[in-house]
Amino acid sequence: MSLSNILQDFPILNQIDKNGKRLCFLDSAATSQKPETVIEAMNHYYRTINANIHRGIYQIAEEATDAYEKSRKKIQKFIHAGSASEIIFTRNTTESINLVANTWGRKNLQKGDLVILSEMEHHANLIPWQILATNQGINLEFIPVLENGLLNLTEYKRLLGLQPKIVCVSGMSNVLGTVPPIKQMAVDAHKAGALFLVDGAQMAPHMKVDVQDIDADFFAFSAHKMLGPTGIGILYGKEALLESMPPFLGGGDMISKVYLRSFTTNDLPYKFEAGTPAIAEAIGFGAAIDYLNQVGMDAISKHEMEITRYAIQKLQKVPGLKIIGPTDGFRGSAVSFTLDYAHPHDVAQILDSEFICVRAGHHCAMPLHTRFSVPATTRASFYLYNTLDEVDRLITGLEKVHHLFG
Amino acid sequence: MDDMYREIILDHYKNPSYKGELDPCDLSFEDENPLCGDHLKIFLRVNENGIVTDARFNGHGCAISQASADLVVESIIGKNVEDLKKMTKEDVLDLLGFEDLGPVRLKCALLSLKVLKGGIYGVKDAEE
Repeated sequence: MSLSNILQDFPILNQIDKNGKRLCFLDSAATSQKPETVIEAMNHYYRTINANIHRGIYQIAEEATDAYEKSRKKIQKFIHAGSASEIIFTRNTTESINLVANTWGRKNLQKGDLVILSEMEHHANLIPWQILATNQGINLEFIPVLENGLLNLTEYKRLLGLQPKIVCVSGMSNVLGTVPPIKQMAVDAHKAGALFLVDGAQMAPHMKVDVQDIDADFFAFSAHKMLGPTGIGILYGKEALLESMPPFLGGGDMISKVYLRSFTTNDLPYKFEAGTPAIAEAIGFGAAIDYLNQVGMDAISKHEMEITRYAIQKLQKVPGLKIIGPTDGFRGSAVSFTLDYAHPHDVAQILDSEFICVRAGHHCAMPLHTRFSVPATTRASFYLYNTLDEVDRLITGLEKVHHLFG
Repeated sequence: MDDMYREIILDHYKNPSYKGELDPCDLSFEDENPLCGDHLKIFLRVNENGIVTDARFNGHGCAISQASADLVVESIIGKNVEDLKKMTKEDVLDLLGFEDLGPVRLKCALLSLKVLKGGIYGVKDAEE
C-alpha cells in the first residue's frame, strides 16, 4: 500500500468546511483518526455477531470470542511478545499503568523503596506512582530533561545507584517528541536490579516495537492513538511477572472457582480482565493493527520523520517561534512550540478558523511545562495520513497569527 | 471565529491601559485557570466610601482573558465595591462585544470576573 492514497481510507479527513478547506488534523498525539476498515470491523461485530465472549455455546458467541482472541494475537505479533497470555486488554495506557502500580506496586514496594520516573512523563505515568508514594511511602526520583529536550542520562546512571525497584519512562514524549534510548536504559535498569516499564502510548503508533528486544518488563499503550477505537488499551507484561502479581479488578471472567468467601484466579491473561470487556473495540483494534501492518511501521516512521523534519525547518523560520524539544536527530512527530507574541489558545483558535486542528495547553504534562518555564504550548503532531501540504497550511495559519498579534 | 479577534480585543490585548501593579493597594486578589495556566491578579484602591479610585491587573493569558481583564478593570474604576458584586457574565460579554462565546473561551473571558468576585467576597467574609 502506498502512503499517497491513504487519505481516502479515512472518512473524517475528507470533510470540507464552508470555505472549501479540507480538514487538516494535526492532533494525532491526542488521538488518531480511524480508517474505514476499523469502523467497519466494529459495525460488523454489532450487526452480525454481537454476543458476550468466553461463555456462549451458540455460534455467534463463538465467532465473537474468536474475533476478540484473534485481535489479542495480532497485537502480540505487532509488539513481538512471546505469548498471547502476556497481552492484557485494559481501557487505555492510563489503566495499564495503574494496573501495574496497584498490583505489582502494592505487593512489591515498601516504605522507602525508590521508583524512577522522568521529568517528561505524561500524567498517566506520574499520578499512579504519586498515589503509591502517598499511600505506601515510596520515594520518587526523576531523570531530568536537558534544555535540548533529551533525558540527562548521566543523572539516570547516578539515580540507578540508589537501588530503585522499577524505572518507568515514556518511549516517546507526547510534548517534546523525544525518543529516549529505552533499550540501553532497560539494560542499565536491569543491571541495577530494577524492573523497566515503558509508557508506549506515543511510541507504539509511530515505530516498530519489539518488547523482547527492548527487554521491557511492562509495556503500556492505547488503541485510539494508533487508528483504533477509544476505550481499549494494552498492558504487556512478562509472563512470570504477571503470574506473580495479585489480581487488579475483581469480577466475572477473572476467576476460576468462586466460593462464598473466597475465589481462585483465572489463568493469564483473563486474570486481569474482569467483567465484560470492550469487545467491539478489541475487534476494532485488531483491524487497526491489520491496517498498520499493511502500510508497514517502517514506512510510517519514515513518512513521519520526513514530515517532522520539514515542519521543524519551516517552523523555525516563523518569527518569534521557539520549539520546545529536540530539533534534530531521530525524534517523534509531536512538535510543541511557543510564539512570543501569542498565547497557545489564540494560536489554536486562529488555526481552527483555517480548519486546522492543533492542541493548546500543557498536554497532560504540567511538570514538564514548569521545567521549561512556559504555562502552555501549541502542539502539532503528525501521523501517516498527514502531508507536506498540511505543514504548509500550518505555516500559512501561523503567518496569520503573526499578522494579527505580531 | 475570525471575528473573535476584532480591534477591541487586539487593542486591549496588545496595548492594555490598566496592566501593572498598585503599590500600595487596598485590595489585591489572584486566581488562575488551571486548564490553560492563565494567571490573573487584580489590585484595587478603595476610598472610605467604598469607591474604587484606581485599579490594575497583572498576569498572563490569552488575548480574550487579557482583553477582558483590561476592560473589566477599566469599567470598575469609580464604582462602589458593593456594586461590583452585581457584575454578571453578560456585563463582561457586553464589554468585550460578544453575544456569546463557546464554553472553553467563556472561561478565558470570565477569569477576570472570577478573580474580582472571589477577592471581594473573600475580603467581605474576612471582615465579617
